[in-house]
Order: sequence, then C-alpha cells, then structure tokens
Amino acid sequence: MAAKKKADTDSALNASLLHSMILQRRFEEKVAEAYALGKIGGFCHLYIGQEAVSTGTLSLLRDDDYVLTTYRDHGQAIVRGMSPRSVMAELFGRIDGCSRGKGGSMHMFDRHVNFLGGHGIVGGHIPMATGVGFAIKYRGGDQCVICYMGEAAVNNGAFHESLNMAGLWRLPVIYVIENNRYGMGTAMERASSTKEMYKRGDTYSMANAEVDGQDVFAVREAMQEAIDRARKDYSPTLLEIRTYRFMGHSMSDAASGTYRTKEELDTYRKRDPINLLKAKMQTDKSLSDADLAAMEAEIAAVVQDSWDFADASPEPPLEALYEDVYVETTT
Amino acid sequence: MPLITYRDALNQALREEMHRDDRVFLMGEEVGVYNGAYKVSKGLLEEFGEMRVVDTPITELGFAGVGVGAAMVGLRPVVEFMTWNFALLALDQIVNAAAKMLYMSGGQFPMPLVFRGPNGAALQLSAQHSQAWESWLAHIPGLKVVAPGTPYDAKGLLKSAIRDDNPVIVLEGEMLYNTKGEVPDEDYVIPIGKADLKREGDHCSIITSGKMVLVAMQVHDQLAKEGIRVDVVDLRTIRPMDVDAITASVRKTNRAVVLEEGWEVCGIGAQVVDYIQRDCFDHLDAPVLRVHQADVPMPYAKAIEKAAKPDVAKTIAAVKKVMYIEA
Repeated sequence: MAAKKKADTDSALNASLLHSMILQRRFEEKVAEAYALGKIGGFCHLYIGQEAVSTGTLSLLRDDDYVLTTYRDHGQAIVRGMSPRSVMAELFGRIDGCSRGKGGSMHMFDRHVNFLGGHGIVGGHIPMATGVGFAIKYRGGDQCVICYMGEAAVNNGAFHESLNMAGLWRLPVIYVIENNRYGMGTAMERASSTKEMYKRGDTYSMANAEVDGQDVFAVREAMQEAIDRARKDYSPTLLEIRTYRFMGHSMSDAASGTYRTKEELDTYRKRDPINLLKAKMQTDKSLSDADLAAMEAEIAAVVQDSWDFADASPEPPLEALYEDVYVETTT
Repeated sequence: MPLITYRDALNQALREEMHRDDRVFLMGEEVGVYNGAYKVSKGLLEEFGEMRVVDTPITELGFAGVGVGAAMVGLRPVVEFMTWNFALLALDQIVNAAAKMLYMSGGQFPMPLVFRGPNGAALQLSAQHSQAWESWLAHIPGLKVVAPGTPYDAKGLLKSAIRDDNPVIVLEGEMLYNTKGEVPDEDYVIPIGKADLKREGDHCSIITSGKMVLVAMQVHDQLAKEGIRVDVVDLRTIRPMDVDAITASVRKTNRAVVLEEGWEVCGIGAQVVDYIQRDCFDHLDAPVLRVHQADVPMPYAKAIEKAAKPDVAKTIAAVKKVMYIEA
C-alpha cells in the first residue's frame, strides 16, 4: 500500500515536471514564431534545451523564496508562477505585460512571486542576489535566494565579489551556473582558465557541485541539498549545472555553423531533457500516449491563449513614457 | 543652536534615521571597526551592531549591488563609498540597476537606497582621488542627486535621502567634513529638489552647489565690501534641479555666474546655462559665465593644483566680467 502510494506520488510529480518543461518548450517555440512575424522585437534569448534546470530547481522553492536571473528568463519566469499571458504580453511590448511593456524579453519581473528580474548585464544581478541573501539574514528569515547565471559570467568580477561576500558573511544564496558551454559564440574553453566552474566555490568557502542539467532528477537532488544548507544555517552553495542550448545565443544567430558544429548540436539534442523524462515515464508506464497527447493539447491551448491575450492587449499609452521613473515617497 | 561639524551632522542624521527605522543600515569600507575613513560613522557600530553597520571588503561593485538587492526586498541601505572616485567601479549597479529597476519592472521595484561619500578634490591627492562626479550622476534619469554645502544642509538632506523611496546620491566633501555650522539637535528634513538662497543681492546671481557654496558665500562677502551685491543660489539638489529658483534669481539680477567643482565640458553648469537661456533670455544683460575646474586631470604639485581649481578669485573675476567692471 505504501509502495503504491509512493509510486502514485512519484508519477504525479513526474507528470508535473514534464508539464513544466513542455510548457516552457512550447511557449518559446511560440515566441520564436512571434519574433519571426515581428510581434516581438529587440534582443530575445531562448531557453530551449535548458528546461530541466529551471524546472528542477524552481520546483523545490517555497513561495517566499526569491529568484533572480539573466536575460534568458522566459522559462524561469513561467516555472516560478508568472502567467504565460503576462510574459507573452511583455514580449509583445504591451501594457498588460508583467513590466507594463517597459522591460521586454530581458526584464521579466513579478513581485507577487518574488521574481526579481530578468537582468541584462552579464553578472550584474549576482551582487543583487547576494543582497537579497543579506536581507534574509538581516531579518532572521529562513528563505533562500536562487541566482542563475551563464558560465561566461563566472569570469566576471561581479561573480567573484559576490561569492566572496556570501562565503564570508554566510548568506543563503544558491548560485546556479547554467553551463550551456557558450558565452554567446565563445566556447567556455576559450574563455575560462578552468573547465570545472563549480570548483570556484572552494575559493569562497562554499559547498559546490557539478550537476547533469539534462536530468531533472539530478538537478532536484543537488538543489534540495543546497536549499537545506541555506535554510539550516545560511550557508551558500555554488552549483554548476551542465546543460546545452539547442538554439542560437539570441534570435539573431543560427543554432550551429559558426562557433559550433551541427554534429555537436545533434549529439546534445540526443539528451533533450524532455525526451529523457518522457522515456523514463514510458518505461515505468506512468505516461501513456493518451496522457501525453492530453498534456500537449492543454499546453498548446495555454500558449495560444497567451498569444491571443498579448495580441489583444494595447500598447502602453504615451503617458506611460514618463511613469515609473521615480516613485512618490510616502515615508 | 549647537555649532557642530559637517561630519557630526551626517553622523547625527545616520544615528537618528537608524533609530527611527530598523530597515536602515549602513555598509561600506571601514564604516564599522575603523569608525569610518572620515569618521562619519563614529560610534555607530557600537550602538547598532554589525548587522546594521557592515564593514565590507574592498569590493565596490559587489557591495553596491548588495545594497540594490537589499533595497529590492524592502530594506533601506545606506551605501558609503570611501570616496566617489572608487564608486566608478560600482557604476553598473548605480546606473544600470538602481536607477532603472523601477522603470524596467513597470513600477514594481522601488529602490529606497542611498549612495553617499565625499566627492571632488581635497588637497594634493592628484588625479585619481580628486574628481567631481556630479555631472555623470545627474545625467541619469531615476537617480536623485544632492550636494549639501553646510552642516545644516548635510543633516537635513541626508535624512531626506534616507527616507526617500528612490535611489539618492549624496555628494559630500573631504574639505567640508571639518567645517562648522549651526545644526539643531532635533529631527528635521530638507526637501529634495528645492534650492536655497544662501545670500541675497541684486547685482549678479551665482548659482552653485556642494563644496562651492562656501566659495560663493566668500565671494558675496568680499564683493559686498566693494558695493557689489551677489545673490547666491545654492541648488542643494542637482537632480531634480530647482529651475524656478534659478530663474527667479536671474530675473532679479539680470546677470549670472555658474560655479561648479567639476570639469567644464558637459558639466552641471552647462545645464544651468541652458535653463537660463531658455527662461531668462530677455532678462540677461550679459552672457552667462562659468567657473569650473581646469580641463585637465588634477595635478599633485601645489601651485598647479591651485591653478586647476575653481576658487574665490576666479569667481570674483567672473562676476566683475558679467558686470562689465574693469578688473
């Protein structure tokens, strides 16, 4: 009986993890379509291929924890609980977007789910996440903050300054390096003096680990340990989660051909995080073809709804131009 | 009213605001155990403990960002830079993060945050330690910039800055910390965005701020002996600038000299002159002149350092020139 109950719980969890990953994938495929039609402008960085990182890490956070990330932020925003409608409307530059159409692809924010951006300068948000960790400790809370960054940010001063303070002061920050192997078009081997990014945590007196980022369960396991550490005694963690992006750096470069080969891309595509989880669920017979079709249909409807909502939302009125520069002080 | 130093006036402001609101904390290099590089934070560590008076490593970008993050979740950090020269390493946090967070997030994340420290030249500190950054900082929408010139203004403006829900830059001065003035013991604030007429006169306006306020007041006193009456407009706040105070003065005197500590090109004075030409064109009896630092990095040697800095003599010469008085 207990075994049966555990299996049911597992299959419910697995289904929710799969749903979370497929939702990101289909949402971003729709984003690419909208970009091609000119409905989305500016820089737009897709997360396709990396979904097990966001799903694995964020599926373990509490509502009162905090999230900061880079400009590759659509997937994490949705997994954290922002509505696909508000994310798509932001991408479309509309008033109903999460940031009122003022941020765009790179600046998703939602204070209701403690999603603190969406930041455009590589490494710039790492000190901010450290400050959120400081504030948690200042107030004596037991939350944690997760800070995503690409592996190229690890060579940036902001990374080292932040990890030094978090290690020195013991701040409940989980620094997650999403190592997708390329900082724009520069392979990590051409940018970093070490290929084992996680070991940089040793320098700053913090626990660290290397994680398979295509395996959502491996991500969850490492993340759970990091969360426990943060809640127990404010200890920080550095995780290097090895993943791969299946698309170009942004919408303006090809997925392969310039700085990486098609063969390499194809090799990594064989470890698509969604397919890996699907295969596992099919093996243990917790996912039928009908289940999957129903899930895909439901997700397709959510994604289409986000498009329809965004398309119908007005552009910000001209008055909005001068709003939100300063806030009226009330104290 | 007690006569205290500019340094102690800032210390009072910090102490009072930290008592008033437990979300307020001070962080920076040497602010705690050392009592502050310029002793502005003297005694605060003992009084408030190390969670609220935080000694940081020498890591300006990092701790400025810690301030931004803490402000995002509702604390009210006061980030001290040992001098504004070092804050250049933190400009990404000040400009890209603090100034823009509210806007980029569509109004969701205010930044109740103060960045403060001494600005401009002291004595013989040479090129890297003698720079006035107000034009850089005031250029950025989303920031407020205040530059108190007296102990009274220092206390009142710092308290306003700490209570403001926007990021406020407070520009102090190494050469101001020892200056004395009357400062009430009790709580008071000075509104951000309002200039102060420090001296009255109807012959010529001097528009200035920060450390140069003392220079302008000396100019007023010296010229008074020659029968020249100078109006001294202390901007107090550089952004948002009190344009009405500038134009009211210039419409009264019909002549203006703009005095600033920094360099000429794209300086604060250029902006002031623009407001004057727009709003007072028909009131002017002479071109507006500017007094500023020489357009060179600050030298070390005494005589040429003095030659590089704006001062009383240069300002008097400018006033006489706009009044068409032969020197």
